[in-house]
Amino acid sequence: MDALQKAFPGAIQEAVVFRKMPSITVAKESLLALCHFLRSEEGGAYTLLTDETAVDYPKREKRFDIVYHLYSFERNDRLRLKVLVAAAEPLPSVTEVWPAANWLEREVYDMFGVVYEGHPDLKRILLPDEWIGHPLRKDYDILRQDAAWVKSNLGIESGQ
Amino acid sequence: MPETTYLDASELMINMGPQHPATHGVLRVKLKLDGERVLGSECVIGYLHRGVEKIAENRTYAQFAPYTDRMDYVAAVTNGMGYVEAVEKLLAVEVPPRAQYTRMVLAELQRLASHLLWLGTHALDLGAMTPVFYTFREREEILKIFEKYCGARLTTHAFRIGGLQYDLYDGLEQDCLKFCEYLLPKIDEYEQLLTKNRIWINRTRGVGVLSAADAIAYGVTGPVLRGSGIKWDIRKVQPYEAYDKVEFDVPTGEHGDTYDRYIVRIQEMRQSVRIIRQCVERLAPGPIFGKVGKVIKPPAGEVYHSIEAPKGELGYFVVSDGTVNPYRVRVRPPSFVNLQALDIMIRGHLVADVVAVIGTLDIVLGEVDR
Repeated sequence: MDALQKAFPGAIQEAVVFRKMPSITVAKESLLALCHFLRSEEGGAYTLLTDETAVDYPKREKRFDIVYHLYSFERNDRLRLKVLVAAAEPLPSVTEVWPAANWLEREVYDMFGVVYEGHPDLKRILLPDEWIGHPLRKDYDILRQDAAWVKSNLGIESGQ
Repeated sequence: MPETTYLDASELMINMGPQHPATHGVLRVKLKLDGERVLGSECVIGYLHRGVEKIAENRTYAQFAPYTDRMDYVAAVTNGMGYVEAVEKLLAVEVPPRAQYTRMVLAELQRLASHLLWLGTHALDLGAMTPVFYTFREREEILKIFEKYCGARLTTHAFRIGGLQYDLYDGLEQDCLKFCEYLLPKIDEYEQLLTKNRIWINRTRGVGVLSAADAIAYGVTGPVLRGSGIKWDIRKVQPYEAYDKVEFDVPTGEHGDTYDRYIVRIQEMRQSVRIIRQCVERLAPGPIFGKVGKVIKPPAGEVYHSIEAPKGELGYFVVSDGTVNPYRVRVRPPSFVNLQALDIMIRGHLVADVVAVIGTLDIVLGEVDR
């Protein structure tokens, strides 16, 4: 933690520990450099990207929390990294640091509409390519669906 | 009009699935072939997407638990276990020892069931017809124990947040011990059928090799990671329940090929039997429920909890805003992340090996698509 503060002064906006798990919120500008550092030996060798996902807070100006869960085999330690982005704000992809991020970022794009810069193949993964809307956003109602897609592809009025 | 006909084409695109018996569900793989060799591939998934994470936000904490069973539907017990433990972590609730050991017994039985199903279907995919009948016969005994315990065979919903809904039925301990006694010689039998079988070795040795570095880079966990030679099991490194109080080994492979992953899973089955025997011994009478109120209303906060599911690291990231509904539940499914490595594992191999590699990754599409 101290090493992080020293290497990236001003980049860490918030650091909390809840239920023994440290969580760090970092500035978007230093995300890539920070990820490279964390993956390296002196940064703690967080070589495994366990998970990348997002949480939507529509009332905030920067509505999305992008959440990374890292694991270090050497330290046997988990670390949560967070970046805040606004709705149409592009975010650097971490696929160059951890190739595992490829599908995980595609899923975040699919479900939340977060756009990544530098992703090798950013397209929908779980939903059909032509689908309109991002279902895990809070303003997407649970009963809502892309009625036009359902009608033209499944030939039914509603999937409900 | 295309300039060249398909017969002249040196490269050919073919679709494997989504309706294909060897893709274990509705996985579609687009393959780019040169003759019979795979040049590259792309997975098309989502055919079974049900929006489980969205459903979670519209249910209470307790109401969502049965939905978790329907993700990895061949290992429902471990799915539910990961979720209830994540919420317990959020609530900071201690689970009494009797409930912990019961959970471990059922989770290890589920691991056995999952591995048995994997072994049978994987061998069937590669042309060995016999094992599937044997493994399903043994799996049936496990499902009978589940049925006697909670009334359901597959989607068990066996655990509740804070402990167990049901105490053990009379004789569960004996049933488990009898089953362990019965299973061990059967595992030897499977090994007699396959381990030194020349056809099996030819079909699996050197097929779908995944180096340790690649495995970590692609986030692969579970038996696939251990098959690549990395001794990493969440039950050992970050123990949950009472896994720190039982003895077991973590088997690993050397070459990271399909054969090594087969050996790893076979060995894991023996270790599971070992764990079950120790847990049954320690099932002392006592309470089965921790201090959880009727209404589950965790404090605002976020937890990530992961367990060693039969297929790898199963993680739940639960965000609470202090109400009775979870604000967000993220499921980190092992199959989804492991499937990413398929492309690098099958490049340069034959089409028939694609089937072997899909089998050895042990994916369940209900969990990939959620």
